[in-house]
Amino acid sequence: MNASSPGQTVAFSQRAVAVLGGEPDEATLRRYLHGIPGVDAVGLEQRAASLGTRSIKTTSKAWALDKIIELIDLTTLEGADTPGKVRSLVAKALRPDAADPTTPRVAAVCVYGDMVPHAIAALGSAHGDPDQGLISVAAVATAFPSGRSSVDVKLADTAEAVAAGADEIDMVIDRGAFLAGNYAEVFNQIAQVKQACRRADGTYASLKVILETGELNTYDNVRRASWLAILAGGDFIKTSTGKVSPAATLPVTLLMLEVVRDWYRLTGERIGVKPAGGIRSSKDAIKYLVTVAETVGEEWLQPHLFRFGASSLLNDVLLQRQKLQTGHYSGADYVTID
Amino acid sequence: MSFLDYAPAPESTSPLNLRDDYGLFIDGEFVAGRGTPFATISPATERHIANISTANDEDIADAVAAARRAFDGPWSKMSGRDRGKYLYRIARLVQERARELAVAESLDNGKPIKESRDVDVPLVAAWFFYYAGWADKLDYAGLGANPRALGVAGQVIPWNFPLLMLAWKIAPALAAGNTVVLKPAETTSLTALLFAEILQQADLPRGVVNIVTGAGATGAALVGHPGIDKIAFTGSTAVGRAIAKQAAGTGKKLTLELGGKAANIVFDDAPIDQAIEGIVNGIFFNQGHVCCAGSRLLVQESIHDEVVDRLKARLSTLRLGDPLDKNTDIGAINSRAQLDRIRALTAAGEAEGAERWTADCAIPDAGFWYAPTIFTNVSTSDRIAREEIFGPVLSVLTFRTPAEAIAKANNTPYGLSAGIWSDKGSRILAVADKLRAGVVWANTFNKFDPASPFGGYKESGYGREGGRQGLAAYLDAPGSTPRAIPAAAPAPAITEVAESGELGRSEGDKSTPAEARKSAPAAGRKSTGAKK
Repeated sequence: MNASSPGQTVAFSQRAVAVLGGEPDEATLRRYLHGIPGVDAVGLEQRAASLGTRSIKTTSKAWALDKIIELIDLTTLEGADTPGKVRSLVAKALRPDAADPTTPRVAAVCVYGDMVPHAIAALGSAHGDPDQGLISVAAVATAFPSGRSSVDVKLADTAEAVAAGADEIDMVIDRGAFLAGNYAEVFNQIAQVKQACRRADGTYASLKVILETGELNTYDNVRRASWLAILAGGDFIKTSTGKVSPAATLPVTLLMLEVVRDWYRLTGERIGVKPAGGIRSSKDAIKYLVTVAETVGEEWLQPHLFRFGASSLLNDVLLQRQKLQTGHYSGADYVTID
Repeated sequence: MSFLDYAPAPESTSPLNLRDDYGLFIDGEFVAGRGTPFATISPATERHIANISTANDEDIADAVAAARRAFDGPWSKMSGRDRGKYLYRIARLVQERARELAVAESLDNGKPIKESRDVDVPLVAAWFFYYAGWADKLDYAGLGANPRALGVAGQVIPWNFPLLMLAWKIAPALAAGNTVVLKPAETTSLTALLFAEILQQADLPRGVVNIVTGAGATGAALVGHPGIDKIAFTGSTAVGRAIAKQAAGTGKKLTLELGGKAANIVFDDAPIDQAIEGIVNGIFFNQGHVCCAGSRLLVQESIHDEVVDRLKARLSTLRLGDPLDKNTDIGAINSRAQLDRIRALTAAGEAEGAERWTADCAIPDAGFWYAPTIFTNVSTSDRIAREEIFGPVLSVLTFRTPAEAIAKANNTPYGLSAGIWSDKGSRILAVADKLRAGVVWANTFNKFDPASPFGGYKESGYGREGGRQGLAAYLDAPGSTPRAIPAAAPAPAITEVAESGELGRSEGDKSTPAEARKSAPAAGRKSTGAKK
């Protein structure tokens, strides 16, 4: 996952060339992105609402709760973050429920770039691939959350986090350039950041591209930005920074999953999706699992293809998990704060 | 385990408190029918639910007489405001008992609980709320001041949306001041009888609504009864035609809502994922037991393969099974007879050379089931493209230009509904304008609202239900029907035509209703005044 093969740079651009029918420039990108069928907002929201009515009970619920934990990027992205706060977050990630050692670990912790060394130190031997029960470190980069900085600064920001050992980079797109119609500019930035994710050994940190859907505003824009991010080499497309409202919504996530499904149909390649921000309850998170399973298929319910960017969600899942096991609800003081 | 094999999530049947035997609801009471009772079963399990009475001719006569008494008695004298209060009360009781009604509907009809819970029952309440609001505003129904109720309405409804069709019939009839004798379909009488309990709860004056159960003979006896003034029928075109013949020359007003073979037209610029959802909703909603179902998919040739591929992938995620499970998408076929008809028509489709694809889903052992099926390579002359299948079966045809789409969409004896999918607003309007269908949905399908009239062209019937138009179907314009002197100058309204005894309302015409009937017998309906 975190290690893409060295030959991939070429593959990325070839993939864009093949799909676009030419070098990725302003003309080819515009032609392609504006040729994608439109999105009917009413219909999309209806479909999302109907997926949200699935009733997940008993054994399915138990499975879903554990799966949600395994898919969480436990996140702290505050100006007030300290090494101590990050250590506390990592402790929570390692052992989410102090009272129940059978509780699975989360997939990753997500922090600002300067906190990466502290996260790695705190994780110790538990740092690694979530497929092996270990925990990855994700860092936000590229002048997160606004992205209002020069390309050089964004690349330096990314390279520094990767050098510090981040397994995953959560970058933001230049929404200003996107809304101004400068698709090639957005494309090039993503492609360059992807290059900045390259490690000394030739492998790549996994790249999550944050679209900040709350600023893109229309579903048509979200769909175009999703295609753009995938064409430019993103491994994941992510809804939001969590700093803009609305953050992740079910219809937006459904739409991004539909793009990922179509990309898979087109190229056979699996891209991940990460809704982030605003998902606080188990009930909501289960709706996302249903939407993933019924849109792209169950195989997407694994840490390399689907993540929740969340912090308070974890404790609600733990409370629900306790309720399933004991038959009664406990309370907020029976789960730990990080 | 697979997450997608969601654990069973059955809706509880505990709110249901069913009796073993149900009588007829006549004059505010449940009475035993004099015909041979029959059993109603759950189509999903073939298990017995309850015994239902059959109304014979005498029962029908009793019911019509009760409705007449109620019309001449309290109901026609009551102010619109007060009638409205009863309708509001019924609407609220439907909401209060929503869960119970939804469970009963799914049990008796076979439709998924998510549909009866989220569509049928909320719409039933919406219909009563909507027409409750009309009850004291009939002057604004577009017929002039003081329109008159028709009298006793005989209403026969189908099995596909048992309670919703009841609401479509009863709510406007009562709002307009009529009384009602209603016959539900024989396979789905249960919720109508629960509704009768709601009427008792609402303290509706006795006889205003009477519910008679039974098979086709009961329905024929009802529509043939000389004491009714208005027939409203929803069901098959064959039966509708027979009713129209029977009613011809009797003066009974008639509205028919019959079959359909709706075209769902998908242009190449359509929002594709939403169009796929709309196609699925158009034909697989309620197992395709929808008269306005989008059973003919007309897809632009350039995107045919992509649409069919995506459709197949989507259909593979539909969940067929226990109607009471909250995750069920496709429930049971309502009856063995309907299942046989679907099988016969799909067999004809294969025999005529269409290519069949059926979703791979496990079919339960008991009950009546039909897996979602699509036919490609269908030509316009095939039976599956012309006849109403009334099941989860979609016929896919192609077109090249908007003109061809319109021609093919209109090339059917029916004309109830149609759908258009395109991102281009001007095209939607231009095409909708040329479709001969009562309802045209744009970038959606199977949407119903009490404020929107619904009805058909050609063999899909006549008259409209819903909206102001649906109200007008239960009203006579003052002076219009029994009009005597067409050239009569606009006259000042005469208040209280006491001798007519009809409504105690003012008439917009100078002639008395009695005179009017004499001079215009052909146009005259069965007048309540004449029977006195």
